[in-house]
Amino acid sequence: MGNMDVQGKEMLVRSGTKGRVLDLFFSRGTKICAFLVLIIILAIMLALFIGAWPALKKFGFSFITSTKWNPVTEEFGALISIYGTLVTSIIAMLIGVPVSFGIAIFITELCPRWLKQPIATSIELLAAIPSIIYGMWGLFVFAPFFADHIEPWISATLGNSPIIGPLFSGPPLGIGVLTAGIILGIMVIPFMASVFRDLFEVVPPVLKESAYGIGATTWEVIKKIVLPYTKVGVVGGIMLGLGRALGETMAVTFVIGNADRLEKSLLMPGNTISSSLANQFTEAVGEIYTSSLIALGLILFFLTFLVLAFAKYLLMRLTLKEGVRT
Amino acid sequence: MVEKSSNETQQLSDKGFSVVSEGGLRAASSKKLSELPLKIQVKNLDFYYGNFHALKSINMDIAERKVTAMIGPSGCGKSTLIRCFNRIYELYPKQYATGEIILDGRNILDPKEDLNLLRAQVGMVFQKPTPFPMSVYDNIAFGVKLYENLSKSEMDERVEWALKKAALWGEVQDKLQQIGTALSGGQQQRLCIARAIAVRPEVILLDEPCSALDPISTAKVEELIDELVSDYTILIVTHNMQQAARVSDFTAFMYLGELIEFDSTDKIFTNPSKKETQDYITGRFG
Repeated sequence: MGNMDVQGKEMLVRSGTKGRVLDLFFSRGTKICAFLVLIIILAIMLALFIGAWPALKKFGFSFITSTKWNPVTEEFGALISIYGTLVTSIIAMLIGVPVSFGIAIFITELCPRWLKQPIATSIELLAAIPSIIYGMWGLFVFAPFFADHIEPWISATLGNSPIIGPLFSGPPLGIGVLTAGIILGIMVIPFMASVFRDLFEVVPPVLKESAYGIGATTWEVIKKIVLPYTKVGVVGGIMLGLGRALGETMAVTFVIGNADRLEKSLLMPGNTISSSLANQFTEAVGEIYTSSLIALGLILFFLTFLVLAFAKYLLMRLTLKEGVRT
Repeated sequence: MVEKSSNETQQLSDKGFSVVSEGGLRAASSKKLSELPLKIQVKNLDFYYGNFHALKSINMDIAERKVTAMIGPSGCGKSTLIRCFNRIYELYPKQYATGEIILDGRNILDPKEDLNLLRAQVGMVFQKPTPFPMSVYDNIAFGVKLYENLSKSEMDERVEWALKKAALWGEVQDKLQQIGTALSGGQQQRLCIARAIAVRPEVILLDEPCSALDPISTAKVEELIDELVSDYTILIVTHNMQQAARVSDFTAFMYLGELIEFDSTDKIFTNPSKKETQDYITGRFG
């Protein structure tokens, strides 16, 4: 008996020290993981900045405002790519956000139970398709169809309208900024829809019940209860989609046309930052050309950073508007 | 101990019955149900969760401007019953009711019934306080805006009126722009009652309104029920028999989806006709 007691005590002591050591390893380990993120971010920023420095020194601020992109004369400006990146992303958001909302609302609020799982699964499948497949589908299937059936109609109707007319006129090429935006829109839908769906599902049923209980319709419950309750996540989800749209490379490169020209019309080919990089890195010769491409990358980095900052700002505004917290 | 004036209470107190002595019965219910104007009649109501038969042929009359309480052990169907009066169960698939609930002469279980208007007429307060994620003012204004187009000053008046009615005005008049979820639990529940009142319903459903509240907040809500009953028909589900005894005029005892006994609260708590009722209120239920 006594022997067993001693053994038991020893084991307790040992497992105590063992626990402390493990705990120390654990806290150090997690700390290292967390700092790794900071280090990587700083390292990437530094590398981009050093790589971009020759171009930035040569062109200065005009690098952002110039539309010239001429490898032969070694004159580079980023405006075309910045414009293309922003416009395709805006188009993607205009399509993706409402559709994702529709999907998420339908699944969480209106969908009969037997249909829920098939829709949810197909959204996940859509998210799992590699972007190159979207690119190929866009180039070989969607673009020809778009050129034959949709674009002539767009330029015949919207193309003649007063203010936005120039945006929608031009020959039906199939590939172009609008096509890239639409493909991007399709690509971000699964991400945003599943984020929104998860968010809407955590709204407490009793909160929705009490809104329905004073006679609100489904639309009113969503607008006044579900969205305010989930707004932090919704803004996050939109930004996730926007981040993906800004940086998406392969699919866009396939369908945007890769033209270094600034066109008014959305039907004309253009360029985005990531498609320029993908297309031109292999053929970039000379310090300034390479450096200009890296500078493009740096700008993309800052664009996504700005998007994130704007999202935080938006959330602060929203929280202020909803009422004072004590 | 129980007053010894009545023979029945004497009998019950001998069996260890002590519900009434702690709270005292509502004095007002001197009239019989059959002599009172009726607000709601439930006729042969059956309710199903899919295949589960949760309410079995319920028949009961609800008097206008009186408090009707529903008591019974967990799972007896009392919450299910109260959820029929505004058809909130329809939010969920596979839940359905058959039979009739006649409110002011029309059957509200009729599929043609306008649910939004029904829910404006029959307000509901839930177990847990459910303030919406918006300011105190907007919490009240939310429901009102669904039905009425009020000017700013009219809305201000309505919000003040509802908060006063819910005995909350004094505590929140300086905090109207604060978010509703920042109030204390008891205040949140009274905010929910104010929100239900603000749309000027005729019937108020209270589904265990005090189960998440401390005793002081509970007392405030009970006082409030006492005041509101002069204007509204109130149905309350409660786990707390003393609460039923304190606040209600009529009490329904339910067990396993059936309405075992429905009578004046006096009668139920002092001289129930059924053995099950007596066993339950004397705490001998098992």
